Amino acid sequence: MSSLSKAFTSSIGKKFVMGLTGLFLISFLIVHVSINALIFLNDGGETFNVAADFMAHNIVIRIMEVGLFLGIILHIVQAIMLTSQNNAARPEKYAYNKPQANSKWYSRSMGLLGTLILMFLVLHLYHFWWPTKVSVYTHQEHNTFQNIVMIFQEEWVVAVYVLGVISLGYHLLHGFQSSFQTMGWNHKKWTPVVKTVGVWFSIIVPIIFALMPIAIYFGWVS
Amino acid sequence: MSTGNMNLTLQVWRQKNSKSAGKLVDYKLSDISPDMSFLEMFDVLNEQLINKGEEPVVFDHDCREGICGMCSMFINGQPHGPKDLVTTCQLHMRSFNDGDTIVVEPWRAKAFPVIKDLAVDRSAFDRIIASGGFVSVNTGNAQDANALPIPKIQADAAFEAAACIGCGACVATCKNASAMLFVSAKVSQLALLPQGQPERYRRVQSMVAQMDEEGFGNCTNTGACEAECPKGISLENIARMNRDYFSAKFISEEEV
Amino acid sequence: MSKLNSNIPAGELTQKWTKYKSSVPLVNPANKRSLEVIVVGSGLAGASAAATLAEMGYKVKCFCFQDSPRRAHSIAAQGGINAAKNYQNDGDSTYRLFYDTIKGGDYRAREANVHRLAEVSANIIDQCVAQGVPLAREYGGLLDNRSFGGTQVQRTFYAAGQTGQQLLLGAYSALERQVGMGKVQMYTRHEMLDVVVIDGKARGIIARNLITGELERHFGHAVVLGTGGYGNVFYLSTNAMGSNVTAAWKVHKKGAFFANPCYTQIHPTCIPVSGDHQSKLTLMSESLRNDGRIWVPKKKDDTRKASDIPEDERDYYLERRYPAFGNLVPRDVASRAAKERCDAGYGVGASKLAVYLDFKANTERYGRIEASKAGNHNPDKETCMRLGTAVIKEKYGNLFDMYAQITGENPYETPMRIYPAVHYTMGGVWVDYDLMTTIPGLYCTGEANFSDHGANRLGASALMQGLADGYFVLPYTIGSYLSKEIATKPIPTDHPAFVEAENEVKATIDKFLSINGTKSVDHFHKRLGHIMWEKCGMARNKEGLTQAIQEIQDLRREFWADVKVPGSADEFNPELEKAHRVADFIELGELMCKDALNREESCGGHFREEHQTEEGEAKRDDENYAYVAAWEYKGVSEFELHKEELIYENIKVAQRNYK
Repeated sequence: MSSLSKAFTSSIGKKFVMGLTGLFLISFLIVHVSINALIFLNDGGETFNVAADFMAHNIVIRIMEVGLFLGIILHIVQAIMLTSQNNAARPEKYAYNKPQANSKWYSRSMGLLGTLILMFLVLHLYHFWWPTKVSVYTHQEHNTFQNIVMIFQEEWVVAVYVLGVISLGYHLLHGFQSSFQTMGWNHKKWTPVVKTVGVWFSIIVPIIFALMPIAIYFGWVS
Repeated sequence: MSTGNMNLTLQVWRQKNSKSAGKLVDYKLSDISPDMSFLEMFDVLNEQLINKGEEPVVFDHDCREGICGMCSMFINGQPHGPKDLVTTCQLHMRSFNDGDTIVVEPWRAKAFPVIKDLAVDRSAFDRIIASGGFVSVNTGNAQDANALPIPKIQADAAFEAAACIGCGACVATCKNASAMLFVSAKVSQLALLPQGQPERYRRVQSMVAQMDEEGFGNCTNTGACEAECPKGISLENIARMNRDYFSAKFISEEEV
Repeated sequence: MSKLNSNIPAGELTQKWTKYKSSVPLVNPANKRSLEVIVVGSGLAGASAAATLAEMGYKVKCFCFQDSPRRAHSIAAQGGINAAKNYQNDGDSTYRLFYDTIKGGDYRAREANVHRLAEVSANIIDQCVAQGVPLAREYGGLLDNRSFGGTQVQRTFYAAGQTGQQLLLGAYSALERQVGMGKVQMYTRHEMLDVVVIDGKARGIIARNLITGELERHFGHAVVLGTGGYGNVFYLSTNAMGSNVTAAWKVHKKGAFFANPCYTQIHPTCIPVSGDHQSKLTLMSESLRNDGRIWVPKKKDDTRKASDIPEDERDYYLERRYPAFGNLVPRDVASRAAKERCDAGYGVGASKLAVYLDFKANTERYGRIEASKAGNHNPDKETCMRLGTAVIKEKYGNLFDMYAQITGENPYETPMRIYPAVHYTMGGVWVDYDLMTTIPGLYCTGEANFSDHGANRLGASALMQGLADGYFVLPYTIGSYLSKEIATKPIPTDHPAFVEAENEVKATIDKFLSINGTKSVDHFHKRLGHIMWEKCGMARNKEGLTQAIQEIQDLRREFWADVKVPGSADEFNPELEKAHRVADFIELGELMCKDALNREESCGGHFREEHQTEEGEAKRDDENYAYVAAWEYKGVSEFELHKEELIYENIKVAQRNYK
């Protein structure tokens, strides 16, 4: 195997892919959460729908969408490969282990959190991405905001969404700073800043996400 | 002199050799002094076993002052037990309470196969060092020691990385049995010093390749290794190694 | 009468080594490739020798009993390594390092060897720095030095309190580099159990694979021992648990002379024994004596807490006896003084075998300086102590933490309790200038040989000697022998001498396992240690030594009749390993006592109570004992003495005085 391809397939190489796709997905979250926040303008979804429409039809965004899916898939595939290697690295487990003494539960549970997020994501795509796609290809008018209002009338849906973004929050709490560490971006002065930003990002972004279904369910926006 | 008054139940991993299966065996100990080190408590256990005609527990140990890195017990779910910044040999029984049950297991990792009871084979670490953890300077090749001034902050950081004792607690505690802290400590020490520069990118690639070959897991940045390291080796070293690795792979023209 | 020829080159002292190097026969690269060298031990001396020999082109096999060469006990050295670099511009020179070492050794070391050591000392620092050893530096980026006992210059290089560790890891990395290149074959978890001598020359070893129990035969054109000291003969010492004399003792029994076995260094500042369970002793660095005052109560059997004993009821006995040097007298003097007080009934702590090392006075003094720096010229006592504690913490924090960890006491509040402990052995296998033993082709380096420290070793000199031997001396001198061996083909290991040596080892192992007695190996080791410490320890006398010899002989017989070694020979069996080592320690112990009995003088680490001045100081007898006592093994309990006269042509021999 050539030295360059090792850069992606060795232990650190796989981590590199994880970190890079993770950061890419984080950047997507910023866009997503910004558009979501538009509903709080409380203008009957007008601005929000303009943005949603733009996202659905703009050619650049649609190309990037492919990249986004590739990113997600790569992130998942690498995670599965890493996890199976990691499990193989300790064939016999400890009879008594006390990991809580030295690390945070969510940092050890990225696979579980990721799986929860993925399950949520399937539902989420079914709810919102699929109808948009259908409308694009059938050239029908699609009112995304109306769709949202409709879907978030159901209690269980709201609950699943809230749980989904909580999983996302914990995933980010470890993942944000971890990706910087993996990429080797560590610095005596800057790492504390990254860590602080990471914590706030992991709290604020999921809260904004969670507020959408909650606000609609309780009729705070309409 | 002190014979103590602690009574303990030990659950110790017993395994005849690398091929046989092992199990936890219970032992009762009484009159343990809180001033004993954890290994001295094992000496007492072994003396009792020998006198009873049973086989003593095999465990690795040598200097018993926390520097050789030979002792390696996974005690109540933590490598080197519950205290921070100490090795098993420097852990004293006053860190436990009368009546405690203490579970003692060997380091567990595919790359550290159990040899017998609590002793494991850590030669993977030697092979990683042999793959590149050095400066290629033959005896007699050196220039004057003061010919290259090294900023104190850099020399101190190199020293902190070099303080690693190669005990393997990082691997033992990592949920992935990753050796990244160990490898990065050596990579960092030499990357921080001018003497390490000529082989800097070659070294990191060789050592990582050897680490992978040995069957260690991958780092997921949980930080457990840093928290359990008896010498306080920092996670910063792992970031530095990653940085050097990417530079080596993407920028350096040297194929390794 | 002597069969000893130290082979010291002729000529002026300062030119001997230079001339030797220019005239020693060389081995051409093609021949080096077919010459095999066995190195036993992977500490500073062994690892550096193995790496250097491999770099030169020899085929090397290196053995260690630990799981990795990096674990060798050189790793535990704290303080530093001396070198005559004169970086501090304080007048240091090769000659001064040479002189200090000879004087520190109480005029019982060989001039030519010590001068060579001083000459190569500077190269060691260069080599280690080039390897990436992170020695301490100043803000200007250049190397820092500290001062150490027995010298008036700052020539000690260091890496915090882990100098030995850093130097060893440097040598280890050089060794592993050669392992990676296939030039050194490393045998970890292997223990040498005999040397194979063919036609009078060392030609290989018998080693036991400690995991499988298999006995292995290994051929070498030459064999090098770098197997460390034998302090564990005392059971309790600052040595590692595995440190042993076995390799050195086996070669002794095959014909190598053992020199000055009674020279033992007892380090004054160790953490005292806390109970019968104690397995080893921990050193507190000598540097603590710079700021700690040593005292005991003036009243016998005083059970009050240290803090309750008023100033005028304390006996600062070192300051009282040695006003000029006070608490900074050399190690042997400080150790004996502590023992004298404790024996007289003034010891402190539960065992009464400890003295106080008290930092209070200097804490207060530092505090006053700090307060004054901050503009407070009349600070109260509490302020002084608070500020001073911060200074002490900065200087000695890691040592204070270690003390607290081991004893469970807070040394910032109560004085430390300390007591002397066995630390280093100056004696060892006799070697000539080439570091060759009396068996041709068998070399001995580092602490395992006797060569450079005389009767007492100065601080920071052990690391220097180990690396000097391994990097810069042996690789040259071994060429002198190997150049004559280029025609020798590797001897097949089915040669009768190999078979016989292996059978002997096997017979010993079978014997151990068949005794099936009632007492563990440790039981005998503890008893041996007790005899040695009481009768051949810090102070020795004729009566005690005579008794000790008898007791050790009895112990040996009891050991061979009643020891219990569990398990079998074909498995990982640490008890069997210990049995080998203790059996050898018992025999060595007897020789140590005989050597101590023979040496009717006091010098360095050897103090005979019959030979002291009126004030209780050591009294040397240069007229009759200025020689190296090299013992030849003649059979069980039989040793023949050979004398190597020590001739001082460059140094004026004088009595040490610290008053």
